[in-house]
Amino acid sequence: MRILLIEDDQDVARHVSRGLKESGHIVDIAENGIDGFSLATEENYDVLVIDRMLPRLDGLTLIENLRSRNKLTPVLILSALGELEDRIIGLRAGGDDYLPKPFAFEELLARVEALGRRTFQGSANTHLKVAELEMDVLSRKVQRAGQAINLQPREFRLLEYLMRHSGQVVTRTMLLENVWDYHFDPQTNVIDVHVSRLRSKIDRDFEYPLLQTVRGAGYMLCDSE
Amino acid sequence: MIQNKFIASSTFRLALLYVTLFAASVLLLFSFIYWSSVRYMAAQSDAGIQTEIQTLSDRYERAGMPGLRRLILDRITRQQPTGSSLYILTDPTGRHVVGNISRWPTVEPEDGWLNFRLETRDRDNPETHPARAKKFQLSGGFRLLVGEDIQELKAAQRQIIIALGWGVVLTLVLGLAGGFFMSRRMLTRLETINQTSQNIIDGDLKSRVPVSARGDEFDRLAINLNQMLDQIQELMESIKQVSDNIAHDLKTPLFRLRQHLESLSKLSEISPEHTQALVQSLSEADRLLGLFNALLRIARIESEAVKKALQPVKLADLARDLAELYEPLAEEKHQALDVVIQQSPTVIGDQDMLFQALANILDNAIKYTPVNGAIQVTVADDDNQAVIYICDNGPGIQADDHEKVFQRFVRLDHSRSKPGNGLGLSLARALLHLHDATVELSSNHPGLCVKVEMPINK
Repeated sequence: MRILLIEDDQDVARHVSRGLKESGHIVDIAENGIDGFSLATEENYDVLVIDRMLPRLDGLTLIENLRSRNKLTPVLILSALGELEDRIIGLRAGGDDYLPKPFAFEELLARVEALGRRTFQGSANTHLKVAELEMDVLSRKVQRAGQAINLQPREFRLLEYLMRHSGQVVTRTMLLENVWDYHFDPQTNVIDVHVSRLRSKIDRDFEYPLLQTVRGAGYMLCDSE
Repeated sequence: MIQNKFIASSTFRLALLYVTLFAASVLLLFSFIYWSSVRYMAAQSDAGIQTEIQTLSDRYERAGMPGLRRLILDRITRQQPTGSSLYILTDPTGRHVVGNISRWPTVEPEDGWLNFRLETRDRDNPETHPARAKKFQLSGGFRLLVGEDIQELKAAQRQIIIALGWGVVLTLVLGLAGGFFMSRRMLTRLETINQTSQNIIDGDLKSRVPVSARGDEFDRLAINLNQMLDQIQELMESIKQVSDNIAHDLKTPLFRLRQHLESLSKLSEISPEHTQALVQSLSEADRLLGLFNALLRIARIESEAVKKALQPVKLADLARDLAELYEPLAEEKHQALDVVIQQSPTVIGDQDMLFQALANILDNAIKYTPVNGAIQVTVADDDNQAVIYICDNGPGIQADDHEKVFQRFVRLDHSRSKPGNGLGLSLARALLHLHDATVELSSNHPGLCVKVEMPINK
């Protein structure tokens, strides 16, 4: 994917761009809002990663300007105003996702990839298939290798999200936000317990596990062994 | 209640003391006025009698008995029917010679003066009047008694008593009313100061004592108090500022440190032991960052600098979602987690913040309730207040510590065996306060009951 990173903190920019490049993405960096805005309007990027506080043109105004020019590239907002409470303002300005600083790089990567994929993989698909695991979203049926799996409603939504993002790291926060639709900071890793329940249903009686834990990042449903 | 408070007030007691002293001095003054006027009136009357005796005895000296008789008769006849002078003249045998009283009074004289009761000559309306007279021994055995019906004098004295009495009553009433009014005014102003102090104790640091334009002692007190409060607020803000700055300033370098550790841990040429150490350092850095973030978040929420996404929130749905999310955690400890929806109140608030607050409370309940325990989340509506109870049958918290658990970094679990940073309940309370909600802890006999109360959206 082509990613534009608009970030004035050179240390953060260097770290993030190196990580993204290592994951196989192409990264451009702009160090202020004006440069970032011209790059974002002139070039075609898959995802924009924009810091909220930028010299010359602040992140939120930048996004609003982009949106008013009908530039709909997905935007991930980074903010040192790290509180969850600021997320609303960021999303209202036209951001697609919000990541408070400090963040783990894996969290950023997972979110950037989720945003990038959104542009070319719609959620209209009602039949999902990952390796031998199949899901019919309409009839709410799940089977693996022809064997029906009975899931609770929430487990179904959890699996659906993982399947729609298969082959991609999904963080705990992303699960909480997208499957439960609550943006909050759990003191305990409640998500792990839900995932391990799901895992026992889809993986336990089968040859190889599909649902992987990615250390320090989250989970991934793999296409292959 | 208010009346009791009024009577208990120092200003009222002061006013009462003042009125008492004032009334006592007025009473003393009036007594003196009464005493001297009565004495003066009595002396006047006595002097009149004395002069009359002198006149009559002179007449007797000069004109003899017939002259005296004529003069007395003349006096009696010329006197108004309501006239008060009394005369009686008796001969040496005690026989009545002339006079307007029939008999010589039977009382014993004191210093030559007789005080007696006199029957009036009004036949239709007989009554007795007080009278005072002096007897005089004339030469030749005649005795003369000159006196006065002092009914009028007594009546005048009574009038003075009544007038003075009313004066005292009026003084008392005016004094009391004035005292009441004055103490009310003082009380109101003192009460304003008290109310302001109470507001500040209750956490409204911006509250100030109102100052009037008079510039009196109360205003000077108010100004001094306000200046003191300004200084205290400044101090508190600077302390908060300093701690927030520390958290903020430490966050950035710590974030960089984390980034470097993260980059290092991805290098392929390092040994597994080093990777292990790096992962541990990373998770330590994450823990510290999480701590700073939580601290800053509480600080920002407490200063109300955050934006809320206000919307109607159905508490029953929130409670169900909460229980659904945490149910596997409870199940791991074989705890029963039940949701009881008695009513389904709707409140106005930020759904995520409310969820965070309740999640922190529920998380604590699950954490501290032992295996096989029971936790119940109840949603009810009580007198226009939405109420959520999160109750468990765990070890509970001693009443003395109920307030303490909301303080930052306070963990009653001294072994610190449970994970957590001691900020969960502080954050919960800050978030709930932002929603005008109150949190109250009580015993569940056994266990802990957390009651959250917030205004219902109508």
